[in-house]
Amino acid sequence: MSIELQNLTKSYNSAYALRNINYHFIAGNTTVLIGPSGCGKSTLIRVIMGLIMPDTGSAKINGELLKSHNILQLRKIMGYVIQDGGLFPHLSTEDNVSIMAKYLGWSEEKINERILELSVLTKFPVDGLKRFPSELSGGQKQRVGLMRALMLDPKFLLLDEPLGALDPLIRFELQADLKGIFKLLKKTVVMVTHDMNEAAYFGDSIVLMKDGKIVQTGSIKDFVEKPKCDFVEKFINAQRSLHDFK
Amino acid sequence: MGYKFKIFAVILLVFCSVFPQERYPVKIGSKKFTESVIIGEIATGLGKKVDKNVEHLEELGGTRVLWDALVKGDIDIYPEYTGTIKQEVFSGKISSDNELFNSFEKLNIKISGSLGFNDTYAIGMKRKLAKKLNIDKISDLKEHPELRIGFSNEFMDRKDGWHGLRRAYNLPQKNVRGLDHDLAYRGLESGDIDLIDIYSTDAEIEYYNLKVLKDNKHFFPDYKAVFLYRADLEKKAPGTLRQILKLENSITEASMIKMNEEVKIGGKSESQVASEFIKNKFGEIGDFERQTFFDRLFENTKQHLFLVSVSLLAAILISIPLGIIAFRKKKFGNIILSVVGIIQTIPSLALLVFMIPLLGIGSWPAILALFLYSLLPIVRNTYSGLQDIPENLRESASAIGLPDRAKLRLIELPLASRSILSGIKTSAVINVGTATLGALIGAGGYGQPILTGIRLDNISLILAGAVPAALLALMVQGIFDLFERIIVPKGLRIKSN
Repeated sequence: MSIELQNLTKSYNSAYALRNINYHFIAGNTTVLIGPSGCGKSTLIRVIMGLIMPDTGSAKINGELLKSHNILQLRKIMGYVIQDGGLFPHLSTEDNVSIMAKYLGWSEEKINERILELSVLTKFPVDGLKRFPSELSGGQKQRVGLMRALMLDPKFLLLDEPLGALDPLIRFELQADLKGIFKLLKKTVVMVTHDMNEAAYFGDSIVLMKDGKIVQTGSIKDFVEKPKCDFVEKFINAQRSLHDFK
Repeated sequence: MGYKFKIFAVILLVFCSVFPQERYPVKIGSKKFTESVIIGEIATGLGKKVDKNVEHLEELGGTRVLWDALVKGDIDIYPEYTGTIKQEVFSGKISSDNELFNSFEKLNIKISGSLGFNDTYAIGMKRKLAKKLNIDKISDLKEHPELRIGFSNEFMDRKDGWHGLRRAYNLPQKNVRGLDHDLAYRGLESGDIDLIDIYSTDAEIEYYNLKVLKDNKHFFPDYKAVFLYRADLEKKAPGTLRQILKLENSITEASMIKMNEEVKIGGKSESQVASEFIKNKFGEIGDFERQTFFDRLFENTKQHLFLVSVSLLAAILISIPLGIIAFRKKKFGNIILSVVGIIQTIPSLALLVFMIPLLGIGSWPAILALFLYSLLPIVRNTYSGLQDIPENLRESASAIGLPDRAKLRLIELPLASRSILSGIKTSAVINVGTATLGALIGAGGYGQPILTGIRLDNISLILAGAVPAALLALMVQGIFDLFERIIVPKGLRIKSN
């Protein structure tokens, strides 16, 4: 249940988005990809989802080499959550969550059971299931996005800045809920963020990227105690703590 | 084996010999000016005595449309003028009558004897102005280059029209406009133009008190009225043909002018005038169906709806897939969008006439033209509707693992539905309006009364076509607004409210 990346390179119009990326995501862990804008973290998660094909190198998902012919198959074992939830505006909450299950021919009973289970897990109010995305709050949209990603009970969960667009109070609450869910489900989680505090809060391992390359990997402790270079040190120190103002 | 078939064949043979050739319904055509329609009606009235199914396709357009339709077999017979045949049909390349008959023979076309009158082209102006400027003959025009000219569109382009006339008389006038023949009289009356082309049998010459300028150089040839008909008519419907050809040498110039006057100025219908002519001339009571206003409205509505619905439906079925292809394959898509864009720039009248060599006259060429016109709004709106789907939604649809087809059906098309529907709505409304031109090539519809109304200067007839067409356009819009509630998913409508 791991993800292995080998020599991944991807460039757009001769500018590198990814340069020779090698990394092994450990099964059952939460790994956080972090770095400044344009460092390649979002490109990397899209390559893993098969949304972008790398120029060279390979990604192995669950031991299987990701190719165009098995993308659809592999996506069923990968749940994907993006900023704002990426919900389809023409479908109600329950239809958004169950679209793939319906396509795969699940029975109505099984679908309803699973939706109920997920709404409890994600603390989404059951009476909101019939609503449309435009009638939901930002936090609720994100919970629905998570429900949709978890619907088929995937082995992997990939999140691209899932909390980026939320206001601080809701963000705080969702962070705690998300962490609880990760711990409970024990899935292999890859999460992209630009916030070091969030990375520290979630990450069993942290991968810091810059200019398409991995600069340093390890636990938050490794980063704080043994920064590899000036850039890492700067990146960590760029976080303000309210304690500074006491 | 074959026993039953043989009996059937024998019965068929017997049946065919009992009711010979007359089972063929002769189609009579006429051009879009009153005299042609009257002669067409007279021929129809006579023909119907032999075969009730004789059909009159009236007001089909100009010489080119009628001639092509005759050669193609869409019509069997129509009234024509000898000068027009030589100058316009054969572009002045034929000098002798012998050559003319040879050309006809090759095309299996025959020409009747003269119907008895000559309807030549002439140049006319208000009598008062002619007197004031002392103009009597065409060569006098040389002294008056300031005169404003409004010629019928056909006259502008004909070999025996303005170009030839100008050369023959060395005329200096520069201010020459092309316009509809029936509107030219009104332009003359209102003083916007000074000179027009006229037919010597036009009723308006008297009515508007016009001076017919003398053709002192004998530029205009004879325009004896004749019938052109397909040679196979002699075998297919000899009785009907014989009946129609009774008209040879039976219409005098005076009686033609009178009939034109009765329709254009007296306000009688062509069929009424035709029926009276037959009664007076041949002592027979004409067999004419009298159509009430509502019969006609119903008939026109039926034809109009047929044109619009068939062409629109076909356009929807073709355009949405084309829009999808354009969206999926960018390079090919550019070609598709350019081609349908170019089609849209072809003037609708020209597009209609282009269709005649392909499909003849009637509903189908009009439907094809309307279909081509309806493509662009639907293709473009399908394309842009899909193109405008936000990137994150497209990515989400891929990421949940839906294959392309399911993605299109479940996500992309519903998200683009509002845009696609509004493209269809645009097409439908344009289509309802453009379909009125279909009458020019024999497709009927609301254009028919408009065309007749323009010809007869009859506002109420024009309105009888224009008002229902406008109402239909509004209704179509309303229907599609209703459709929007059904087709556009609720989630998208909430957002827009």
